[in-house]
Amino acid sequence: MDVVIDNLPRYLEGFSMTLRLLVVSGVAALVIGTLIAAMRISPVASLRWFATVYTELVRNTPLTLVLFFCAIVLPYLGSRLPYEVAATIGLSIYTSPFVAEALRSGINGVPLGQAEAARSVGLGFGQTVGLVVMPQAFRMTIPPLINVFIALTKNTSVAGGFFVVELFTVGKELANANGDAVIAVLLGVASFYLVITIPLGILAAQLERKWVVQR
Amino acid sequence: MTSVLFDVPGPKARRLSVILSIVAGVLIAAGLVWIIWTLAQPREAAGDLVLPGYFDPSRWDIFADPQVWRFIFVEGVWGTLRAALTASVLAVALGIVLSLLRSSQIAWVRIPTTIVIEFLRGMPVLLMMLFILLVLQTGAFWAVVAALTLYNGALIGEALRAGLASLPRGQREAGLSLGMRPLQSKMLVEFPQAFRQMLPIIIAQLVVLLKDTSLGYIVAYPELLRVTLNNLASFYGNRYLFSLFLVCLALYLAMNLLLSWFARWVSKRTASKSSGTRLDPEDPGQAVLVAQASAAARQPGKGAV
Repeated sequence: MDVVIDNLPRYLEGFSMTLRLLVVSGVAALVIGTLIAAMRISPVASLRWFATVYTELVRNTPLTLVLFFCAIVLPYLGSRLPYEVAATIGLSIYTSPFVAEALRSGINGVPLGQAEAARSVGLGFGQTVGLVVMPQAFRMTIPPLINVFIALTKNTSVAGGFFVVELFTVGKELANANGDAVIAVLLGVASFYLVITIPLGILAAQLERKWVVQR
Repeated sequence: MTSVLFDVPGPKARRLSVILSIVAGVLIAAGLVWIIWTLAQPREAAGDLVLPGYFDPSRWDIFADPQVWRFIFVEGVWGTLRAALTASVLAVALGIVLSLLRSSQIAWVRIPTTIVIEFLRGMPVLLMMLFILLVLQTGAFWAVVAALTLYNGALIGEALRAGLASLPRGQREAGLSLGMRPLQSKMLVEFPQAFRQMLPIIIAQLVVLLKDTSLGYIVAYPELLRVTLNNLASFYGNRYLFSLFLVCLALYLAMNLLLSWFARWVSKRTASKSSGTRLDPEDPGQAVLVAQASAAARQPGKGAV
């Protein structure tokens, strides 16, 4: 326990890097994911095709391989990115297809009859989308999106294996330095992750229960 | 969905869509060709050296040697599959146990299980691997297998529990009214149905497990990623790094895509047989939420048990 308190500044340093990775790559993944989801439901066939292939390929590549590419292969090919930026790019790309799928399944989850009913009572395109489809799609999208961000929080630890000094790296270094208190050191690291993941998980479950639509 | 949101496109709008499609397709293809062409160009290095392009035969000649392939498959692919297979079997077993404990009637069993599951779900797998490696001193293989088992076992357990909860209550009542004890009814009546309904989700979770074996790279377990990109790259020299990366990527994609397609196929098959809501194997987390939500909706006043 003393080890954790003595090294609190280092923990916080690692925690702030983890948070930075989480926020920056979360926002970037949201942007890329929205674009991919828009391509996937767009009327332009080649964009649809591209988005499908992208989703399928990226989702079936291990995160470790993506980060290996960003942190080791890219510099070898001649990039000069700092490791932190490389890890952020890797995490954003890896997370984006999951965001896209969450958005797409939310929109597809609204029954066709809803849009048909809205059209048949004379609502225009904007009214149908804005007043009928989106409010329902939104509730079905937020809980899965929160789950994507929980997964991203846990995935930031992989960046620790590729030269980014975040929570996992701090834990590894402290565990090596304090061989007699490894359990306390690692439980300290775990509790920092749980501080993010458990409240988000409770939030997702709560929203899901609140917004459940019986069909 | 999109087709009913606005009036059916006329000939003009359709022509526009075709033109846009072709333009976008050409742009995407041009981008890909540009990337490949750039990589294929020889490049200047320090000291008047000209390095060959990344698709030059001199960067690929090691793959003519069957020894290399044997090493990749025997050490790498088998190392990955060995860890994934062991962990899958254990994770499904653990999931079954956890789902039964978590849906127990006795609070003394249910609440501690819930806490353990929440703890396991909220932790990064990598941290668990490090913990097992350093604290239990099991060696890299068992650290990878145990961490993957605990994490995926907790998630599979949740999926099975959601499956149990989403069954109509009449199933259990029918079992009890036939004189079965609660546990008998659970094992003989409810569980087989829940397992079948959740099978696509479980297989999808196993894809995640297979992908996560690559975390073994960080804790020094010799699997595909470490064998190709670390051992082979340092043995044959760095100039093969990019070629080895492409080979490694292709092997991972082949394994994962096969398993994903299998999950989708199983999902289609079970969807036609069972009348329940069809769950999307693309996204295990969401499918579990959907099952939980439908369970909550079906049991008014009781909430998700």
